[in-house]
Amino acid sequence: MQDTIVMTSTDFAIQAEKVSVSYGSTLAVKDVFLDIPKNNIVALIGPSGCGKSTVLRCFNRMNDLIPGARVEGRITFNGQDIHSKQVDPVQLRRQVGMVFQRPNPFPKSIYENIAFGARINGYQGNMDELVERSLRGAAIWDEVKDKLKESGLSLSGGQQQRLCIARAIAIEPEVILMDEPCSALDPISTLRVEELMQELKQKYTIIIVTHNMQQASRTSDYTAFFNARATEQGGKMGYLVEYNRTEIIFQQPSQQDTQEYVSGRFG
Amino acid sequence: MAVQDNQPAALDPAAPMFKPNVSGRYKLDRIFAALAWGATAIAIAVLVWLILTILIDGLGSLDWQFITSFPSRKAERAGILPALVGTLWIMGVVAFVSFPLGVGAGLFLEEFAEDNWFTQLVEINISNLAGVPSIIYGLLGLAAFVRLFESVTNGRTILSGGLTLVLLILPVIIVATREAFRAVPDSLRWAGYALGATKWEVIWNHVLPSALPGIMTGMILALSRAIGETAPLIAIGAAAFIPFLPEGLQSQFTVLPIQIYNWVGRPQAEFHDIAASGIIVLMAVLLTMNGVAVYIRNRFQKTR
Repeated sequence: MQDTIVMTSTDFAIQAEKVSVSYGSTLAVKDVFLDIPKNNIVALIGPSGCGKSTVLRCFNRMNDLIPGARVEGRITFNGQDIHSKQVDPVQLRRQVGMVFQRPNPFPKSIYENIAFGARINGYQGNMDELVERSLRGAAIWDEVKDKLKESGLSLSGGQQQRLCIARAIAIEPEVILMDEPCSALDPISTLRVEELMQELKQKYTIIIVTHNMQQASRTSDYTAFFNARATEQGGKMGYLVEYNRTEIIFQQPSQQDTQEYVSGRFG
Repeated sequence: MAVQDNQPAALDPAAPMFKPNVSGRYKLDRIFAALAWGATAIAIAVLVWLILTILIDGLGSLDWQFITSFPSRKAERAGILPALVGTLWIMGVVAFVSFPLGVGAGLFLEEFAEDNWFTQLVEINISNLAGVPSIIYGLLGLAAFVRLFESVTNGRTILSGGLTLVLLILPVIIVATREAFRAVPDSLRWAGYALGATKWEVIWNHVLPSALPGIMTGMILALSRAIGETAPLIAIGAAAFIPFLPEGLQSQFTVLPIQIYNWVGRPQAEFHDIAASGIIVLMAVLLTMNGVAVYIRNRFQKTR
């Protein structure tokens, strides 16, 4: 697959090499190779249980927080192995931000939601400016500028999700991981988040997990298709089927499974 | 209802597979509503009866002089001041010591400790301790605080009494704290970690504030239990007659329940009336204390 995308390693934000994740004794996803080019949107698609969210959580070491989770293989961020001793997960997560499936603003004011990350990471500049810049960056400033002291939970679902994106970009990460960010949103809010992603891509690298194939084809530059097969223990094991430019995955995929999935025949 | 009953038959006239029996199910609804109403009514009736009899007996002798006087052998001159002040001292010690200890232990067990056989053993023991009779804690307090640590506590003092009650209510606070932490959704923790927060930053800034209303509910229950306890304080030897005000942690003391118990035990009817007055004072202190706790709880809930 690297053959079809001719790039040098400095052009990649994240590279995954033979990554497998297991929970306890169950292998959840096996032997994933994935190179994420900078300033692009990469979509991870596939049926339920194919391990796409699991792979996403590897990139900021959120799997560390799940008891019994084990990640094998090599993942590099800007060329550095994120599991090496020199890399601190707390520092890594500042550079690789995350937006979750369900909007999860802190039960605090809109202002505090943005300021928290900046404060713990020792932001030295003007906090009011940062809050405004982040909220503008997430295209929500005009809706909340008059109620920054109100609770983040008072916003609608779509606004909450954009608040969470604003919170993520406030600490100026390089990569933003999005785990089905629109699955709990209505179509109009979804469209707003998708438009936002196109703007964010100028500054950030975005990896998005999505169930929605139209969303993947509309928004992403590259698409990775994951599938799952039943294991002997009765569980499911995910694996990467194909990874390429989005138009190739959707129009002339090299694998039969991909063709069937993107044409809506299963999943 | 008849129409609903007939619907399945209309859909499948040959073999009705559904018999909704709507009227029978509604009847069950009404029976359970009536039972629940009855249970509530009995509880409220008992409470109202209790409060009314105490108010009738006690209001007559409850005046400023009663609150500001020392105990006396004559009922009409007897007052409750030392017991009231003693209770305030004791509750101060209990709240001040039990909150950090109980919340700290609950925090450790829920957020930091690994889930292994040892923590499970600790968990079972804490739950068991919540059911140990309070007199046992009194004997423990007598052996430990009054005798063993006499150099610190100066014997049968406010400090000994307060610490004994702390032991008594710690299990309640620890269990309530753990439940409160468990109720905080993981998505909130992830949100913090994903911004590069450390474990302590996540707990201090997000988990603890979200859990605090639940913790305060546990504190209210625990302090309400402590304020009414008599047996453990009698066991450690709290005085029944104190003609002076406690001056510090190492003073001798008495508390409202002991004073009330003492008056109730006397043969003269006048003392039974001022015992009722004492109960009114005790309830007022309890209500004030719970009011403060509810106020703190609501302040933290408002931002959610």
